[in-house]
Amino acid sequence: MIAAFVGRIREAAARGGGLRLRGGGTKDFYGNALRGEILDTRGHAGIVAYEPTELVVTARCGTLMSDLESSLSQNDQMLPFEPPHFGPEATVGGCVAAGLSGPRRAAAGALRVFVLGLKLVDGRGEVLSFGGQVMKNVAGYDVSRLVAGSLGTLGLIAEVSLKLAPRPQAEATLRLEMPQARALEAMNRWAGQPLPISATAWHDGELTVRLSGSAAGVRAAAAKVGGAAVDAAFWTGIREQSDAFFSGPEPLWRISVPSTSPPLDLAGDPLIEWGGGLRWLKSGENPQSIRDAARRCTGHATLFRAADKSAGCFAPLEPVLARLHRELKSAFDPAGIFNPGRLYPEL
Amino acid sequence: MGAALPVVAALREFLPERAILHEEEDTRPYECDGLTAYRQLPMVVALPETEEQVQRVLKACSAMNVPVVPRGAGTGLSGGALPPGDGVLLSMAKFMRVLRIDPLARLAVVQPGVRNAVVSELAAPFGLYYAPDPSSQIACTIGGNVAENSGGVHCLKYGLTLHNVLGLRGFTIDGEPIELGGAAPDAPGYDLLALAVGSEGMLAVVTEVTLKLLPKPQTARVIMASFDDVEKAGAAVADVIAAGIVPAGLEMMDRPATRAVEQFVAAGYDLEAAAILLCESDGAPEEVEDEIARMKTVLGRAGATRMTVSRDEAERLRFWSGRKSAFPAVGRISPDYYCMDGTIPRKRLGEVLRFIAAMEQKYGLRCPNVFHAGDGNLHPLILFDANDPDQLHRTELFAAEVLEKCVEVGGTITGEHGVGVEKINQMCVQFRPAELELFRAVKRAFDPRGLLNPGKAVPTLARCAEYGRMRVHGGRLPHAELPRF
Repeated sequence: MIAAFVGRIREAAARGGGLRLRGGGTKDFYGNALRGEILDTRGHAGIVAYEPTELVVTARCGTLMSDLESSLSQNDQMLPFEPPHFGPEATVGGCVAAGLSGPRRAAAGALRVFVLGLKLVDGRGEVLSFGGQVMKNVAGYDVSRLVAGSLGTLGLIAEVSLKLAPRPQAEATLRLEMPQARALEAMNRWAGQPLPISATAWHDGELTVRLSGSAAGVRAAAAKVGGAAVDAAFWTGIREQSDAFFSGPEPLWRISVPSTSPPLDLAGDPLIEWGGGLRWLKSGENPQSIRDAARRCTGHATLFRAADKSAGCFAPLEPVLARLHRELKSAFDPAGIFNPGRLYPEL
Repeated sequence: MGAALPVVAALREFLPERAILHEEEDTRPYECDGLTAYRQLPMVVALPETEEQVQRVLKACSAMNVPVVPRGAGTGLSGGALPPGDGVLLSMAKFMRVLRIDPLARLAVVQPGVRNAVVSELAAPFGLYYAPDPSSQIACTIGGNVAENSGGVHCLKYGLTLHNVLGLRGFTIDGEPIELGGAAPDAPGYDLLALAVGSEGMLAVVTEVTLKLLPKPQTARVIMASFDDVEKAGAAVADVIAAGIVPAGLEMMDRPATRAVEQFVAAGYDLEAAAILLCESDGAPEEVEDEIARMKTVLGRAGATRMTVSRDEAERLRFWSGRKSAFPAVGRISPDYYCMDGTIPRKRLGEVLRFIAAMEQKYGLRCPNVFHAGDGNLHPLILFDANDPDQLHRTELFAAEVLEKCVEVGGTITGEHGVGVEKINQMCVQFRPAELELFRAVKRAFDPRGLLNPGKAVPTLARCAEYGRMRVHGGRLPHAELPRF
């Protein structure tokens, strides 16, 4: 199967045509232009190696996320970054290329830190391996983590090794009534205490908190946090954006800011995750105002879901970083064939 | 000296006299880092104190096409700060200020010359700490930790430097300012922060680092478990992980290592055991109680012959003091030692330890082992006497064979010390030419003329061909696809 990918890639590079790398297409909504002929990665599927005692799984790009996660849960393990699927067709390759993490992000870390290694087909059709299956590895530049979240613009992720974590023994979800500013203060204060908080979400005067750990630890923490127990299914709605908040015609912004930033002074309906670091905003406000507000807090705003993407989905880069992006892109993909324009128009 | 004059003159334009060293008596202390087998006098040493001075050093060197090698405390073990004989050694030692600790946001903004241990000391009054704790933490600096993606004994649970650095500020070789990451959870575009961490000072010079601080666990206890067989101890490590436990620390030392350490710090280790494991739990008291009990059950079933649980903080620190002093302790029983840093899948531990024992016989050199068992990172310490050229030569061959064994079992030649100049030949074993070529292309994106820390970390294809010629296995020439000359 990799040989077929290599053939398509070499052919596209030779004629200078674009390729749109695609698994199940569950994240077609994400990013800018979808250009080029579709290269379907789903034929290259399956778990290559999984040894629970090593806390590592290696899977091919076309492996369904649902298949991967059910194998892990049979061994009481999980992907610590709790990635969204956005549909049953979601694949491992798409998950890593999109680089999105879910509710556990603030506690566990982002997707990219769990990427231990990958096999990449670059724009010349070379099959390259970086990183590996081990936890610590500083041989060569950390290309695997650079590729994570690059939206398929640097190469085709053929195979990836991910670090795992055991599933917590116990979890509890609690809800407290609280206005936004107080919720931000509480989330930051709790995060500085040794509490096993694994997710937070605030919307419309309600703060929801998940605790994960040993049964004794969760019980003790629940007494400190307070609030009333609610159904844990709430987190699936947040992760998969099936919660009612995420519906409706208004553009959905994903605003990433330091967790202690005050409530953003922007029109629209906010939902806060990651202890204050991630602010979703449903808003028709002008994109420049939203980007400026994010920048004032030293953050950035992404137009996550919208019919009109003319403002560009991703915040523009400073000139030096923009140049480094172009240089890196041409190092990996000299003919510019992979997902052209999906991340930035010039990449 | 002739070549140094124009460089010294250019630096004098903006650096005070005391910040420029070029007489041999002044530059001698900079001739090597922690890997003393490689030495080179730098042409000039520059000691800037401000970001603007760093920028101007880089601009001046770049304009004159003069190589620059950044250096922190010089504790690195792979020669990553080996100076350029024809260039400027850029010491960041004066960047010693902690700029800000924000307890609510749980972050520290520090200059790269701040020592690792200082960050946790200053965060302690807020109930916070900085998790990565390399054994050299009282001396090594944050800038060097970023360059090498340093770990420590707690990284199985709390991650490496990569997991605990939020943002970097610095300059490219051309003196252009760059900011990567920051206090927000992510930044737009490619993850250049992840690329910069562990890049061995080859891509940029860092002048400011934003670190993540974690709440200090309420309590921690460590089990010292003895095993009468090294492989049983290795299997016990896998059993702990399989039981769904992620220990705060999980370290192993073999008998030669514990005996060396015991003479040095009297940590109370079981000297009859073939190997000991240190297995730590941290968290709320009730959690720790529960986890220690589960760990003891697993270790007992795996064949532990003796288990001691630390009763108080003083005893816990004493158990760890032995592990943390392993390198200096070994330094006392041998004129010199050579520390390796391979990482392997944990399940191959027994095989690799048998291989190391065979190499001790083959080369006639002793080799105690300390091992970050939880994350598969081995630190075998080959004992030798550098005054005997043949011993040094045998040590290098011994180390090369062990690192290549690590690659063979699916591991890597360096877990946390970096490639530097030391393991550059083994890069040819771990990576194929197309991969090395991509590394070079990444380097060119940041530093087109290759002026920043040249000759480190990524070998040229010619060098790999040369190394391959020295090591022809079974009649097969490595890198047969390369043109020969």
